[in-house]
Parts: sequence; structure tokens; C-alpha cells
Amino acid sequence: MTSLIEPAAATGGPYDRLIRQDKVHGSMYTDPAIFAEELRKIWYRTWVFVGHESEVPQPNDYVRKRLGLQDVIMTRDRDGEVHLLLNRCAHRGNQVCDDAGGNSSTFRCPYHGWTFRNNGDLVGFPFFKGYGQRKLDLNLGRVPRMETYHGFVFGSFAADGPGLVEHLGAAAGEIDRLARLSPEGQVELTAGWLQHQTRANWKLLAENETDGYHPQFVHGSIFGVTGSPIGALYSDSSTAVTRDLGHGHSENDLRPEFRKFAEPMRWFGTSEDRVPNYVAAMRDRYGEEADKIMIEGGPHVMIFPNLFIAEIQVFNIQPVSVGECIQNSTAVQMVGAPELNQRMVSQCMGSVGPAGMLLADDTEMYERNQAGLECLTPEWLDIRRGLKREQVDENGFTIGGATDETGMRGFWSQYKTLMEAQS
Amino acid sequence: MTTALDDQATLGPVPDGFESWEVEQFLYREARYADESDYDAWEALWTDDALYWVPVASTDDPLRTMSVIYDNRSRIATRLKQVRTGKRYAQAPPSNLRRLVSNIEFLGGRANSSGGVDLEVAANFLVLESRARGTQLWGGRTTYRLRRQDGDLRLAYKKVVLVNNDQPIPTLGFLI
Repeated sequence: MTSLIEPAAATGGPYDRLIRQDKVHGSMYTDPAIFAEELRKIWYRTWVFVGHESEVPQPNDYVRKRLGLQDVIMTRDRDGEVHLLLNRCAHRGNQVCDDAGGNSSTFRCPYHGWTFRNNGDLVGFPFFKGYGQRKLDLNLGRVPRMETYHGFVFGSFAADGPGLVEHLGAAAGEIDRLARLSPEGQVELTAGWLQHQTRANWKLLAENETDGYHPQFVHGSIFGVTGSPIGALYSDSSTAVTRDLGHGHSENDLRPEFRKFAEPMRWFGTSEDRVPNYVAAMRDRYGEEADKIMIEGGPHVMIFPNLFIAEIQVFNIQPVSVGECIQNSTAVQMVGAPELNQRMVSQCMGSVGPAGMLLADDTEMYERNQAGLECLTPEWLDIRRGLKREQVDENGFTIGGATDETGMRGFWSQYKTLMEAQS
Repeated sequence: MTTALDDQATLGPVPDGFESWEVEQFLYREARYADESDYDAWEALWTDDALYWVPVASTDDPLRTMSVIYDNRSRIATRLKQVRTGKRYAQAPPSNLRRLVSNIEFLGGRANSSGGVDLEVAANFLVLESRARGTQLWGGRTTYRLRRQDGDLRLAYKKVVLVNNDQPIPTLGFLI
């Protein structure tokens, strides 16, 4: 068929033809060549969320992770330093680690017995005479850059470039907001991960995370039977805003709605008398600011390309192929808030994962969306909602209404910048 | 994987009053209600202190770590109310399902909170699920706790350990 992609649009970079301010071409979700290019230009270049330091609390702890398609071992060495090692023996490429996690100072390849320290250094190899020497400069691969923010571990395969704090930009403040919900100012991800296989392109998920238009429709079934007030936060009359935080990050800022009620812990679906020890600990720590923190609640922020923090739960979106990804999800745990943590696990389990009463329905939408995109006309996905009513807030960020597609437009702007960058 | 909830060391002898034929028929009936999405009949099998649990491999304490499902009686009711709306899209339209329940073993007796002893029985299962997404085979081992209440058998506990619960799994919208 003749493509309807407008030739007149192809005046700028190569992705101008496919990514417009108000629409995105369907091939962005279905073309394997674009997925391969994304691996090089996004997943193996920009800062990508990998895990949390609290997953490896003790010296020599390790957990298996993924960064893009690459198998990564997140380790803590005996001196307490965290490393992101690539699970590939420097000899013949076999995997040196075959379990999900544990505690070990070394990894021994089962193929020929090469052994590596948990900082990646080659310790030794059998039958050294074959090499004429006892030492070889063949270490495990490492993710070239690793940085953490409030314990959230990010990796970048670009040897140099913007630092993590620069990449996070305004989204760093959202992670700060999350940490401030702990009376000790620290969050942990120690509740383990659900792994939800999703037959859809990863970008459908990234776009949906701050889409305030869908909840009343996709989640109407659960809001209705539980009498949840969440639906109203994402209505046409909501005072919440969708904010483009820059660098592809976006948030649904629900604080205007929670401020209207000014009830501590309403954001968490409870009241202060139900969690008295937590509330006391918060007031002890934050003084006059505590009530504001407990009224405004946690962030609802999508951090480009794969970290989504939804108040009490954290998602790590992991691409598999052009038509498949994995959603890893867990409950946030607040250091110094035992009263809250068990509730967080319970609420989170009800919502997320393969049987979650929210996320299983989102996932059904992602998968039907991917199937729908096999139809080749109309060629575009529309992202114009709210374009004509966008404003700039007091900090210079573009904001839209609670149900507007401002976040998606921010995502695609960053995506295009990275895909068009010269390597 | 064993937790304080299902420690084999605290299991007593098989209690009296549970005939194997009746127990097997109960397990098959529970399976059929789930296969046929007969939510009312399935819900009526549960006791008030019900626990329906689908752990992942890394779960060692369901109160502190994530499970695929960890439903008490109230959350079972919520889950079923949601699916009855017809707008629980993960199960609308419902999956076509048939399951086999096999290798039934009487494990012993477990003291319950009302002062009685539940029969703990385990079985292997395979479920064939068909929906627009494709056909999916689910398999694992289930541990049930059965109680006699007003003359009838009731389900107090169902723990479903999927063989692939250490791997990513697709949406689990039906009653497993």
C-alpha cells in the first residue's frame, strides 16, 4: 500500500516523519528495526533503572537483573560498593551466574571453571600453563556507569554523558517526595518482584503510566465495586494536573485534589487514627511540615524510560522484543514505618501483577492495543488531547489537565531526541 | 518453599470424617466451578476465614513480600464482584478453561482458628486456558484445607504453587 506518512514532514531529523507533536506513527510499536535501534540509542545509552540498593543489603549479596536485553548481576562487594556486572564469562561467553540471587564473593563459570570476584575482576582460571601465565586481563563486563539516587540504582552503557542527577532533572524531586514519606527519609524495595509477561511494545506502557484519561474506563470495574475515590482524581472536573517534567519524565500531580480535603493519609486510602505510630513518627521527624507531607502523599511519576513510581508501588519495565515486555512490580517499603509497610504490600498485591485488580486490566489493554496496531490504517496514534489548553506552571513546566496527554508528548520529545542523536 | 503458614512439621495426623471419595468429588467440583467461571458456586465453597494464595518463588513471608494473589475472604469477594461487572477486561470475555486435578494426597490435619482440625490435602494440576491472546498451559501443585461445616465440606485454604513461579507469567485473570 502507499504510505500516508506525510512526505512534507520529512524536513528535519529522520524521526520527524514518524513522531509529530500531536500524533505518532503506528510503526513505532511494530517495526523490529526500530526496536533494534532503540536498544542501541536508548536502552544502551541513557540512564536506565535497574534495581535498588536495599535488594543487596549485605556485603557479597547479589541479585540478577536485566538492562535492556542484557543479563546483569547487581552485586555488593565486601567493601559495600555496588556493581553492575554483565553475566557473561570473559572466556567463552557462558553465563557465570545461574540463580536469581544469593550471597557470594565470587562467580565461577561452570563451563571451564573461570572465577571472577563480585567486582568483576578475574581471580583465576584452571590449568594456567596453557596460557603461559597466571594472570590474564579478562574481567567480566561492567555497565560502564552506575549511579544511585535514594538507593535507586541506575546504569548507563554510555561511557560518558550527562550524570544521573542531570538526567533525572525535576523527576529527582519526585523521588525525594517518595523518600520523605519515610520517618527516616529512606525507602527500600525489599518486598520482592512480581514479573508480568506482557505481549505489547514497552512504549505503550510508558505512555499509559501517566495517562489520566483511561482510569475511569479501564478501572471502572474495580472503582465501582470498592467505592474507590481514585476515579474522581482522573475526571474532567479534577484539579489534578499532568506535568511534563522534561527529559521524557512526566507525572500526574494529584496534590491539588488531596489539598482540597487536607486529610493526612487520605492519599493512602486511610486516616491518621488508623496508623497512629506512623503519624507520630512523621511529626517527630518533620515537625510542622509533616502534615503537608502526609496530606500530599506519594508521587505518580514515570521516569524515562522504565521506572514508574505509582504512590506505593514501583515498576521496572523491561523490553523483550518489539511486541513483548515484562512489567516487574513491587511495593514501596518505608524505613521506620512498620505500621505502613504491611498495608503497602497488601494493597500493592491487590492492584499489580498478573492477577492484580488494576494492572491485569491495563495489561489486557496493552495487549489488545498491540494487536490493534496490526491494522495499518489509520496509520497514526493520536496524542493531541489537551494540546490547546496546555499552560506553563510557576516553575516553567508544561502542564495539562488531569486527563490530558501532556505526559505522552513529553515522552516522545525525549525519545526523538535520543533516537536522532549522533553516536 | 515452606513458610510458617504451611510448615509440614506442625501437621497432625489425618483427621477422622474425611472419606477419600467425598474429598475427591469436592476437589473436582471446585475445579469445575472455576473452569466454568461459576463465580457464585465457587464463592460459596469458602469458609469465612478463607485464604487463597498464589505465591511467587521468592516469597517467604506473604505479609512482607509480594504474591500473585493473597486474598482473604473479603478480597475474594472483591475479586469476584469485579469480574461479575463484566468489565474486568482481563477476564472479559472469560477464558475458556479445562483443568485436570491428579495425584491427590492426604497430607494430614491442621488445627484451625475455630478449635477444629482441617484436612490438608494436596494435588497436582494442569489447566489449559484459551483466549484471544493465545493458548496457555498452567501447571503446579495445590494445597487445600477442607473443613466440615454444617455437614458439608468447605474450602478454608487454597495455595497454588505454579511450576514457573520464578519466571515472568502472563495475565492470570481466571480462578486458578
